[in-house]
This record gives sequence, structure tokens and C-alpha cells, in this order.
Amino acid sequence: MRARVIRIQSAPSAAFEYISTKKDELVGWARKFSIFPYPFVTACCAMEFMAVSSTPYDTDRFGAALPRFSPRQSDLLMVVGTVTHKQAPVLLKVYEQMCEPKWVMAFGVCATSGGFYRNYGTVQGIDKIIPVDIYVPGCPPRPETVIDGIMKLQDKIAGSRHPIITKDF
Amino acid sequence: MEAKLRNPVRSIFEQTRREGTVVVNIGPSHPATHGTIQIIAELEGEKVVRADAHCGYLHRGFEKECEAHTWHNLIPYVDRLNYCSGLINNFAYCEAVEKLMGIELTPRCRYLRTLLSEYSRIADHLTCVAASLMEIGAMTGFLYLVMIRDFIYEHLADLTGARVTYTYGRIGGLARDLPAGWLARLDEILDQYEIFVGRIHSLMDRNRIFIDRTRDVGVISTADAIDWGFTGPILRSTGAPRDLRKDTPYLAYAELDFEVPVGIKGDNYDRYYVRMREMDESVHMIRQLMDLLPDGPINVDDHRCTLPEKRLVYSEIESLINHFKLIMEGPQVPAGEMYSAHEAANGELGFYIVSTGEGVPYKVHVRSPSFVHLGGAHRLMEGFQLADIVPTFGSVNIIGGECDR
Amino acid sequence: MAPDELNVLKDGMRMLVIEPAGLLGTVQRLKSEFQFDLFLDVTAVDWLGKSPRFELVYHFYSTAHRVRVRLKTRVPEDDPTVDSLVSFYGSARFMERECHDMYGIVFRGNDDLRAILLYEGFVGHPLRKDYPKDQEQPIVPYRDLAAEADVGSKAA
Repeated sequence: MRARVIRIQSAPSAAFEYISTKKDELVGWARKFSIFPYPFVTACCAMEFMAVSSTPYDTDRFGAALPRFSPRQSDLLMVVGTVTHKQAPVLLKVYEQMCEPKWVMAFGVCATSGGFYRNYGTVQGIDKIIPVDIYVPGCPPRPETVIDGIMKLQDKIAGSRHPIITKDF
Repeated sequence: MEAKLRNPVRSIFEQTRREGTVVVNIGPSHPATHGTIQIIAELEGEKVVRADAHCGYLHRGFEKECEAHTWHNLIPYVDRLNYCSGLINNFAYCEAVEKLMGIELTPRCRYLRTLLSEYSRIADHLTCVAASLMEIGAMTGFLYLVMIRDFIYEHLADLTGARVTYTYGRIGGLARDLPAGWLARLDEILDQYEIFVGRIHSLMDRNRIFIDRTRDVGVISTADAIDWGFTGPILRSTGAPRDLRKDTPYLAYAELDFEVPVGIKGDNYDRYYVRMREMDESVHMIRQLMDLLPDGPINVDDHRCTLPEKRLVYSEIESLINHFKLIMEGPQVPAGEMYSAHEAANGELGFYIVSTGEGVPYKVHVRSPSFVHLGGAHRLMEGFQLADIVPTFGSVNIIGGECDR
Repeated sequence: MAPDELNVLKDGMRMLVIEPAGLLGTVQRLKSEFQFDLFLDVTAVDWLGKSPRFELVYHFYSTAHRVRVRLKTRVPEDDPTVDSLVSFYGSARFMERECHDMYGIVFRGNDDLRAILLYEGFVGHPLRKDYPKDQEQPIVPYRDLAAEADVGSKAA
């Protein structure tokens, strides 16, 4: 009787799993408290964006206040306001210029779903063009809503995996 | 991305570029272009030889939406035109419809609309000056002014329910009356405003760096300004005391005592100072209006446009039918056309409405000051440095929602 | 422009209705004789079903006399051409571009009628009554959500 060889997949060891989980937690903690937003500002939500960035609401408490006005240096694309079809290629270009890891926040209902502009000019939600991580509703959203959105995004960042080698790198 | 994306604009420099110049694209996603304006500048070294401004990146189809909604349902859309001063848009639109219907407002409504227009004007000028200061590096000025603007927003949220886009005006009146204690809080905010604006004056007015960056930059003469359609603070900064509140008074402005500040040279410094002084004049007007405000009903007693009281709607059949028809079909505005203009924070904001007798408009056109100013903005930028584009553009105060509609 | 051609409407606005051929002459007189130095607005009204189809509406303001005037003229659908006012007012350039974009009115003499509120490649004139409101013409192709495996952060 011939012995059948059963090949076992080499499973990562428990110690490796533990270290990579802890690494993910550490990297997640660092990334969530050092968000560099790129405010892609278009319309009325800009007023609330200015209000949430300054006193008394202050996103600096979350480490998310320092805007980098170059997409190459930022990791959170905040699409603030309505995106029209004319603006859509610009948005796509800015999104593609950002490096990994990157997140997208749809700030306001116009970015989420087109708002109440259902016509030839408006894109009915930016998720038709780029993937979105967090949707903040409101027309415009109150600053507290925006802060709630940032905190939920921070939970998402903290809980996600942060591989060092990805399929793009 | 495999397919190359089509460029949404075509620059005039493609065929007519001169030797030795560089064409630079600024915007439309740029921190200093207030959202969505694109300026394509032809530079010779650092000097701007020609500038070509493009808008339309925020064209949300407001005028097409107008032909599909009732006259009342358009009030939220109108808010989002000049979103820095939402109430002025509300009242300008409502006044155009009221004039076409032949409705005269109640005295309390007239004074209250005047007061809220001036309050919104303060919020708009605060935003404009704050953004301009931030763009040239004075972050402290931005934070002070946005603090006061936040008080105003919270205060208006007490009255209207929203901080930025109020939807408070109604055809024939306002949505609701003032809550208790509103005027007392207004007094406090105006006192706080004076403290904060005093600080801005002390930081900016004689600041060497600020003067160097804004004096004699973006200069325009009165004749040129009128030729290119400038109105509002920009025209006043050139020295012409043209203000619709004084020239063709509307609402309660004829009964108020206020001055029209003018500049001397038409440069950026003058525009900054004209806006600061206009805010002071607005505060003065608000204080007068707080004393002059009469009692009485807010909405005119006209069943063609005013919604009946809820308790009557639930008890009488006539009120129920009236309410139903006003909501479903809209107020029946008699056939005709009307142009009505207010002095908004940026200049002459006009509404041209055409009605065919139904509850839905046939056409609504907005004469927006920002759009016309953008047409002349290249005159302010040509001949100056590349770095001057930022403060000049900030002082022209192009609001994307109003420019592109 | 005789006094009896000038209507004074009940809200105080003065209105003139003229033929398109007389536009330049009338505006010349308005600007030089009557000092209407501020050109406020030009827009069009689409009277679909009537002929001539488009009604052009101009508004002028005199800063010296503080009055406004409205000027109306009609152009047909098959040849919506009218003279441009760029030689009189600099602000006419942008406003005529917008009117051309939205309605398709051609302004003879304005050599810069590029798309201003719409984008290059947009077919049609949206404010005409026969353009459906919801007809979008996207430049960027929409994402194929069924094909994408994870809709969310690529770092996840």
C-alpha cells in the first residue's frame, strides 16, 4: 500500500499573526490621528468646512486639521460640495494622484447622492466616479455631524488591515 | 486609466500664445480660487500678461430646476446661490414674485427682512475678508472673523433652523416670527463683533506686509469698472458711491440713516476697507432697526400665497383646499414678467421671472454679480504679478454658487 | 426711438420692443444720449411653439439717472442670430457666452462664444424647452460597481 502524501499548506505561525495584528493596531492608531485632508471644496458645504476647521469645533483635536493642498501629500480626500460633470475629470485626476493609503469622505448630500439637483449638470453622487469610505449627510452638515463622520472614519482606519506590501507596491 | 479624459475647457491661448511666455493653469481645485474657478494665465516671468478665467464647474442647473418646481419649492434652491449670505437671495427672489403678484408686505415683515439682509451681509463680508486674510497668510485674522461668523450662524439657526442655508423667506412674508430673547442675543453678538473687528483693524490696517501686498494691486478705474459691469463693493472701492439701497431704495432702507463707504484708488486695500466699513454701517442699521421694529403679523393675509394656520387646515374645508392647492400646484402668479434687484453683498443681485399664470415658473433668470465680475476679473489681474492673483481674486469675492448657478 | 414706442410698465420699468436689425442703433442711442452706462443682463426666453421662438431680453441701468430699461427683441429658431454688444460694453462678452451656451443664440461680432457654464463636447442647449432636464452627458465613465470587488478603502 502506497503512503499518500498529504501536503499541508504552511500556515503562518501564531506568533507572526500576533505581531502583525499588533502592527496593524499601531499603524492604524498612527494613521487615524494624523489625517492630512485634501479639501476638494466646491460649494456651500465649504462654509461648514471652514467652521469645523476653526474654533470652536476644531478638527485639530483629531489630528485632522492640517490641510495639504497637494494631493500627493494628503491621504483623506474630502469632497466638499456638489460635483458637476464638468468638475468630474478634475476630481478623478486628483483622486488618482493621491498615494495609498487613501480615504474619501463625501461631505454633504450633494457629494453623497447629488442632493436635490437632479438634472443634466450634476453627478448623482461621487461614488459613481470614485470609491467612498464615509458619507456625511446634511445640507450642509452641522459641524458636529462632520466630527462624527471623522470619528467613524477613524474607527474604520483603526480597525482595518495595514499591509506593508500591497498589490500596488 | 486607459482612456485619456477629455479636457472640459478650451483655453484662448492655444492659438494666440506669444513668444517667451509660459501658460500656467490655476484651479479649478485650488485653495485660493474659492472652490471652482479656473484661471489660465499667460506669464512673462512673474508678470501676468493675459488671464483667461473659466467658470461653470459648479453649474448645477438652477434655472432648469426652476421650470420644474413650484414658486415656493424654489426657495431652497435660491438659498444656495450666494451661500455666504443666504437670506438676501431669499428676500430678493420673494420680492420679485411678490411684485408680480401685486402683494405688499406687512410693516413688521419689511423691517425684519431689512434687518436680516444686513445681518446676512455682515456674514458674507466676514467670510470674504476672513478668506482673503487666510490666503495671504494672516491665519489669526481668519480665526477671529470666523468666530464671529459662527456666533451669527448659531443665532440664525435659532431663528430659521439652519446655519448656512436658511430657506426662511416666504412669498408674502417669512416662515416664522422671532423667538423670545432673539433680539437680546443680537445685541450681545453686535458688541462682540465690535471687539473682534477692532482687533482685525489693529492687526491689518497699518501692517506693512498687508499694505505692500494689497495697495496698488488690482487697480481699476470707475469708468472701466462700469464698462465691465462691476457693482457692489468693487465699484464703490473705485470711488463711485453707487448703492441700490440709497439710489433705488427698497424694503425699509429709505427710513434708515446710513452712509455708503467709498474707496479712493480701486485697489485691493480699498476693497478690504470698504467691506470692513460696510459691516460697521450694517451694524449701525441693525441697531436702528431693532428700535424701529413694529409689532404685527409677519405674513400678509392673502390666500393666494400664504399658507393658512394649521388648526384651520384641520378644521375648515376651505383652508384645507387652499393649503392643498398651494402645496401641490403652487401659488398662481399672474402672467407677466418682472425684474427685481437687491443690493446683495457682492453687488446687484437681480431676478428676472417670467410667468404664464401657473404655479410653476416659465423662466427664472438670476442676474448674478459674481458671474459678471468674473467677466471683468482679468482686467484686475493683467499687468500684475502671479502672486497678486491670490489677494486680487479674494477681494473680488467670486462665489461659485452664484457665478455658475 | 420715439417716445410712444417706450412703454412704462406699472412697476416703473421702461420697456422697449424692437426688431433685431435695430439693436445696435438703439443701444448706441441708449448709451450715448440717455447714459445707460451699466449693462446689467442679457437672457432669452424660449417660447416653444410660437414663432419667432426666442425672445431676447436686455436690461440696462443708468448710474447717473438711476433708472432701468428693458429691451426685447425676437429671433426665429432657424436663424437665432443677433448682433453682439461687445463693442459697447465689456461685460457683454461673458453674458452673451452664457446665453449662447444655454439657448444657442449666436451673437454676431462676439468671436469668443466658447462654452462657459457647460463643457467642451456638450451637445445641445439645456435651457431650451425641448431639452429634457435629466439628460446627463457624463465626461467621466461611471464605475462598474458589480465588477469592483471591494468598494472602499484600498488599504483594507
